[in-house]
Amino acid sequence: MADMYQLSSASLDGLFAALAADGRRILAPTDRDGRSELNPVTSPGQVAKDYIQTTLSAKEVVFPKVERLLSYTLAPGQVELTDAEPAARPTVVFGIRPCEAAGFQALDAVFNWDYRDKFFNARMEQLAVIGMSCTRKDDACFCTSVGGAPGSTKGSDLLLTPTASGYLAEVITDKGRAMVALAPGLFTPVAAADKSMVVELPAALDQPALTAKLPALFDSPLWADQALRCVGCGACAFVCPTCVCFDIQEEADAKAGRRLRTWDSCGYSMFTLHASGHNPRDTQGARWRQRIYHKFATYPDRYGQLGCVGCGKCTRACPVDMNLKEHLVEASQA
Amino acid sequence: MELNEKAKQLLETGDVKAVLGFEAGTQGGRRPAFARSAARAERLSFEGEQNLASYVTRKEVKRLGRVAVAARPPVLRALLQLMAERQVKEQDVLPLVQEADGQVRELATAQAMEEYLALSPQQIPAADRELMDKLAAMSQQERWAYWQDQLSRCIKCYACRSSCPMCYCEHCTMDCNRPQWVPVPSHALGNLEYHMTRAMHLAGRCVECGDCGRACPVGIPIHLLTFNAEESVHAQFGQRAGASAKLDYALSTFRPDDKETFIR
Amino acid sequence: MTEPFEPKITAFVCNWCTYAGADLTGTSRIKYQSNVRVLRLPCTGRIDFMLLAKAFARGADGIIISGCHPNDCHYTSGNYHARRRWMIYRNLMDFMGIDTGRITFSWVSAAEGAKWAELVNEVTTGIRAMGPYTEYKQLADAGVE
Repeated sequence: MADMYQLSSASLDGLFAALAADGRRILAPTDRDGRSELNPVTSPGQVAKDYIQTTLSAKEVVFPKVERLLSYTLAPGQVELTDAEPAARPTVVFGIRPCEAAGFQALDAVFNWDYRDKFFNARMEQLAVIGMSCTRKDDACFCTSVGGAPGSTKGSDLLLTPTASGYLAEVITDKGRAMVALAPGLFTPVAAADKSMVVELPAALDQPALTAKLPALFDSPLWADQALRCVGCGACAFVCPTCVCFDIQEEADAKAGRRLRTWDSCGYSMFTLHASGHNPRDTQGARWRQRIYHKFATYPDRYGQLGCVGCGKCTRACPVDMNLKEHLVEASQA
Repeated sequence: MELNEKAKQLLETGDVKAVLGFEAGTQGGRRPAFARSAARAERLSFEGEQNLASYVTRKEVKRLGRVAVAARPPVLRALLQLMAERQVKEQDVLPLVQEADGQVRELATAQAMEEYLALSPQQIPAADRELMDKLAAMSQQERWAYWQDQLSRCIKCYACRSSCPMCYCEHCTMDCNRPQWVPVPSHALGNLEYHMTRAMHLAGRCVECGDCGRACPVGIPIHLLTFNAEESVHAQFGQRAGASAKLDYALSTFRPDDKETFIR
Repeated sequence: MTEPFEPKITAFVCNWCTYAGADLTGTSRIKYQSNVRVLRLPCTGRIDFMLLAKAFARGADGIIISGCHPNDCHYTSGNYHARRRWMIYRNLMDFMGIDTGRITFSWVSAAEGAKWAELVNEVTTGIRAMGPYTEYKQLADAGVE
């Protein structure tokens, strides 16, 4: 049950200062050439004013695009190995949308499934999320079709919702409570939640019905058809808040080396290429189908949640406009 | 006759198995569209920016059979260059161009394509020319700072490579790991070396469509690098990619009197 | 007490002309600065443009590339192809902000022992004055969390 407070717009300065004084770095969406990206900020004035969403997702805070796993030095007859300690610093991500915040749960499902990923967990532990409810939407958004909402608290430690006089602040977790405790004077308790400014987003499809239908659609020519214009890049997977596929690369010479983890995408033609030369997902249609099924059939089966938060980043990032919502609607009508 | 009419006609006669054009996309944008039936052809038009030639080398598209392609000049240049590099046969593609009066014309032969292209001179878009001039006017350190800043945002998604009609290699050099010549991870060296390699692999082959820059999800003007390489080739050797179906590749040819200014 | 900066210079040379020429420098007992690490290739035509980038990435402060004079290539036309490649790559490197002043291209024949010494001395002195190529070296660890 969320504790609720009122926070004035002017108080954000005080909040940022209190967080910084507590030794936390603050990451927030900042403007860049018409897009917004997550960057370190020191004051609320630097935060982008008018953004729907950032291009990349906040997953890069807990699952960076390049991450060191270990390093080693070599000498005749000996190897000296050093495990990398995850460079996790106390961090607050400010202003990400409820859809993105919900993505952390899907990441957690994979990174703590059977093996507890120390890198993800170290960063997650040091991370606090201050979400920002949506007052605008665009044609790519479909969070309400996948169990989310423009004002949902899922995944945020503290959720701010713009109101006429500033923000409603809902405290969801202990991490949220701890942030409020850093500057209690800024937070005035309120009894009722004013979320009237949150945008309305009607659901575009019946996702449970689609998920139930997917096994029967496996051999449908629909997937190859939808994938005809897909060029097989990794943009969708890389901007997605829930995609976790990674590659491990070793960079070494005769004297030293390092092992790195880096983002990978199931859309690449060689993603499932076997050493034998056989490729079980040999066509873009098979790879596209796998993307849908992984998020909408496999995840519910295995993790009890979807692998999609309906943020629409994939749609916006795609060079050929593979609009996921549209494709899902078409599939539910097939 | 509009593109959609033409497309229906071609599909009905069985002349082609698919027509590639553009349709309305998300938020008023335009996107590539395949029409394989008269019903699907209805939504097709010429209006759109992606270089459709990048599809004709994909095996999923080749399997469809002969395809017609809505072709602005960069698409025609790409098709000619692909023919020159023997990646596509003249009879397998049917470029369709829009005349000044709005009519659709077929350019069924390489020669027809070459003649059509000769009518409109190739030019880099003004905005890109301006940015390239601005970069040229900077000092070397300023340019370094500019590109390091831009490239630090690269996530190595390869949207640039995937949208380029000339990047058709099934095993790109980036995907070869014996040796791993260019680092895969999107760290500073990995990004610099990848983009440098790609620009050089396109020198003399780039048709200056700008799709790579448009495709970049984080907005890096990556097309300026390939433009630089291509303009360099043209200025120094007089050769141009996509001018003809006969291969004239600057980096596999030479003249004994090539003039350089920097060799001691 | 820190030692004065001594540049590391990588030289990519062709076997038949410049390497032989450098050998002649030695047998002629001409002294020259010793900062150059010579890499022998069959022909300048074999020099992949990425070798230059790799040299900088691996710590070179300067690069020399040298081969047979035009029309004298042991393989007839390797150096012509190399020349074209360098003309394009040099422009691209400059466009990307790489310090092309640290790269010297030359034709040094098997008979030009004196020229090799002169070239190396000049380049080494020049790079020493420019200082280490720190900007490039910093890339090695940049961008890894």
